[in-house]
Order: sequence, then C-alpha cells, then structure tokens
Amino acid sequence: MMDDLRDLYQEVILDHGKSPRNFRHPEDCNRMAEGDNPLCGDQLTVYVKMDRGGLVEDVAFEGRGCAISMASASMMTEMVQGRNEADARALFEKFHKLVTGGDADVNGADDEDLDKLIVLSGVREFPMRVKCATLAWHTMTAAMDGEETVTTE
Amino acid sequence: MSAAVASPLASNAALDVARVREDFPILSREVYNKPLVYLDSAASAQKPRVVIDAESRVYEEEYANVHRGVHYLSQVATDKFEATRKRIQTFLNAADENEIVFVRGGTEGINLVAQSWGRANLAEGDEILISELEHHANIVPWHLLAAERGLVVKGIPIHDDGQIDMEAYKGLLNERTKMVALTQMSNALGIITPASEMIALAHEAGAKVMLDGCQAVSHSTVDVQALDCDFYVFSGHKIYGPTGIGALYGKAELLDAMPPWQGGGEMIARVSLEKSTYKGVPHRFEAGTPAIAQAIALKSALDYVTDLGLDRIAEHEAMLLNYATERLMAMGGITIYGTNQAKASIVSFTMDGVHPHDIGTIVDRDGVAVRVGHHCAQPVMQRFDVAATVRASFAVYNTLEEVDALVASLQGVKEMFA
Repeated sequence: MMDDLRDLYQEVILDHGKSPRNFRHPEDCNRMAEGDNPLCGDQLTVYVKMDRGGLVEDVAFEGRGCAISMASASMMTEMVQGRNEADARALFEKFHKLVTGGDADVNGADDEDLDKLIVLSGVREFPMRVKCATLAWHTMTAAMDGEETVTTE
Repeated sequence: MSAAVASPLASNAALDVARVREDFPILSREVYNKPLVYLDSAASAQKPRVVIDAESRVYEEEYANVHRGVHYLSQVATDKFEATRKRIQTFLNAADENEIVFVRGGTEGINLVAQSWGRANLAEGDEILISELEHHANIVPWHLLAAERGLVVKGIPIHDDGQIDMEAYKGLLNERTKMVALTQMSNALGIITPASEMIALAHEAGAKVMLDGCQAVSHSTVDVQALDCDFYVFSGHKIYGPTGIGALYGKAELLDAMPPWQGGGEMIARVSLEKSTYKGVPHRFEAGTPAIAQAIALKSALDYVTDLGLDRIAEHEAMLLNYATERLMAMGGITIYGTNQAKASIVSFTMDGVHPHDIGTIVDRDGVAVRVGHHCAQPVMQRFDVAATVRASFAVYNTLEEVDALVASLQGVKEMFA
C-alpha cells in the first residue's frame, strides 16, 4: 500500500467512517441544510441547534457517503459542539486550508483543533477528494446561513 | 490487404489482443509507476494510432473550412468530411447518407431531436416514455421540453436483474404516447435492452423511438433499418474516435419535416435582414463550423473496428466480462447490479462496507482506472437504492490479466477496510 494512501485512510478516518459520531436527527434542531456532491451522488443533512447568542448547542448529521466525507462530518460534529457560530466558521476556514494546502503553516502550528483534524490532511494529495472532506462543513455553514441546500459544485 | 500479412482479418481466429494493444499508444504508459489498467472505456475509449494520425494529418496536410471555399484545400476537407458521413451511413446501414447529421455527440443529437422534432410535433398532455436505465442525456432534454410544452414524462420500470419490464412497458403505451426514449445498452449496468421488440410495440401505439446507441455502437453491429428506430445517436469518442463529434441518424421523412434547430452559417439557403430560408437535410441541422478534423478521423475509427470485426470484439469483451463477473463473485462481499444475461462489456458493483468513491481512489493508485459514482444515470441508482457503484468497463484492448489486476487491487481495499 502506498504511503499517501495510508495517510489518507488512517485508522482514525476508517473508524469515524465506519461508526460516525452524532449520526442522528435531533428533534430540537432549529437549523438544517442538505448537502449534495453531484460528482458521486453523495448526500447528507446537517442539523444544528443554536441559541440566540449563536452558541452551537448541538450539531448532528445523517446521510451516506465515502469514508472521507463520513469521517469529516463525524469529526466536525464533535468539534463544533459547544462553540459559538463565529468559532465554528473560523474552524472551517482553518480546516479548508488544511485540506487544500492553502496554508503551509498548518502542519507545524501549535493548535489543538488542527492536531485533531490533521488526520484529514492526507486529502491534499487527492485533489478530487477535497469536496468529500468539505461537504459536511459547507452544509453546516449553509445551515447557519439559513440556506436549505448546498452543493459542492 | 495481402493474405500473407498476419492480419486479424485473415482468419476467424480470436482477437489477438497483444497486437491490438500495440495500436493504442497510451496503453504503454504507467500511472503511479504501475502499468495503466484502463477499465473506463464506457466513459471514453482510448484512441488507436490510426485515429490519432488521421486527426493530425488533417491539420498538417488537408485543413480548411468545409462547404465554404472554392479553393483546393476547402474541397479536399469537404470531400473527406462528407466521406465520413457516407461511412457512418454504411456503418449504421442507414438508407441514405442524408439521414446522417453531424453533432457533437449523443447528448447534442438527443437535444436536437427534442428541440426540433419535439417542438414541432408534441403538444400539451402528450406522453414521453423513458426507461429507468437511461443516461441523463436521454432524460433531461425530454424534461426541458416537457416543462416548456406541458408534456408528461413517464418511466419504464426495470426488473431486479436490470432488464426492462416489458409487461409494464406495454401497459404504459397508449394513444398519447408520442416518443419512447430508450437506450440500446445501459451505460450504468451494461444491460442490452430488447430494442427491436420495444420499437415495434412503440410503432403499433403510434409513437416514435429515439434509440441511444452511445454504449451499444462499439459492442455490436447496428442496423438502423432492421431496428426500424426513428432516431439513433452515438458519440465518436466511445468508439475509439475523437471527442466533439458524433452522429444523429433520423429517418428521412422525419428529418425532412423538422425545422432548423440552431441558426447560423452553413445551414441557410438565403438570408436577408428580414428573413432566412434554410438548406435541406442534413445541412439544415449543422449550423456553424463543425469539428472537421474530428469528423474526418472518426472515419478511421469506424474503419478500425470494422476491420477488427465487431463480432470478434464483442466475443473478446464477453470473455472479459464473464471472467470478471466470476472473479468478483468469488471474492465475496460484492454485489453486482444488472445480472440479466443480455449484457455487454460492463460490470457495475458495490463492495460491502466500502464506498465506491474510496474504492476508486485506492485502485487508482494501483494504476487501475474505473468509474465510480452514479454514471450520469441517477434513476437506475435510485432503483437499486445505491448512491453510487464501481463500474469496470471492457474494450477491445483489455486483457484477462487486467481483470486480475482489478481483483488484486480490490482485495487490497477489502483488507484495508476489514
């Protein structure tokens, strides 16, 4: 098995992919959006419960997709829980740079968030798969924006 | 051709695949330091040297615009361009070369029929039948027309084995049915539809038939007169020819009565500022400068498959398909979609617990090119309740060893996700 494939499909990814966290539909969510990846037909729905101050009290998702998109969605829900909206959006920006290689510093940065998300950085070597990794995040921000559907195209 | 040459034509022997592979320069390249195993010909086939040479020869020696100039090169280019039209006529066994319209590909051909024939012949409440096997190219043009004209689009269901449900089809046909848009071979599953029988039934009901031959045309001999289809389309790039060129066949009486589709140069008889009059068929449907070099090179592609023999190509591909099917089934944890016996050259499958997209990425690193996704045929994916499948498609140049390479790579996937 080649090294960049091992980097892409690390144990953590395979684990989140097989047993995604927060894979549910919370009855009390007040924001939701659907995300489509027209390239592969993957679809997922992200549910968000935010209070008036923008605190994310709960975030969950449902849908189907590849190991990368499921793992990314799963990790996102774990990390966004309990943050405020601005923080969540900033996290997506950081993550986006991580998977597109847009910021060379992210690798060495002393940053707890990135320490967790770094397992997804293998996607950099697979440009066709960046959309898989970012679909849930785009969908979450769409839910926060009050949009109902988002596509990766 | 001399009988002394060890030509594939010289006998009825099985296809000499090693020799065929030498005709395709790209097959000798590597991908990630592994030999290329190209199993995605249903998306687009690779090109033999004769096609590549034919296209570059046009630009090097014979290039000018067609149907325009009185100069020498324009005449040469026009003659060669029209020679391909004639070749397509014989290739499809159309009655007349004027029944062949050059288009960019199957998609444009179907849009042409929907927009020109459809607008002229269909009215509110008329029904169009499309099968669950259709590629989006034989669905969306009809949806666009239906929205504009208040037409009703109905789906012809398929059985669990991927084959058309003929009883359901018969039940759907009625006096309002005006068009049956049908694939001759499913691009997602490889299923070959009973087109002749379905066309006869459509005609009894008074409907026309648009047959999408994009997949079928490179795996079987097509005879549009025997099929009695009203329209037929195929794309050059799927039959080892260039991209950007394809053909629409239409019965003469239908094409003659159809209004122009796109306006522009080349398709007019006379133009004043107040009005235009139009050429006859097929030129009425060919506005603007066409894909000249590509059209000319398409003739070389059609000659190439004819020389090899479509029957022998089909036999070779059937052997690959049977072997691949056996080996995949033996792996365990594999589900094949489209199990009806009438199929060619395509195996579409999923692996338990692993998404097709992940499979596609992993086998790619072993040099194995397969298509993963919905194959632009979402209704058939919905029919089987899958978002995506892995599709391996076989062509004249593929080998049993390449099937082995696919299976070995899939074993690696299985172990990784175990």
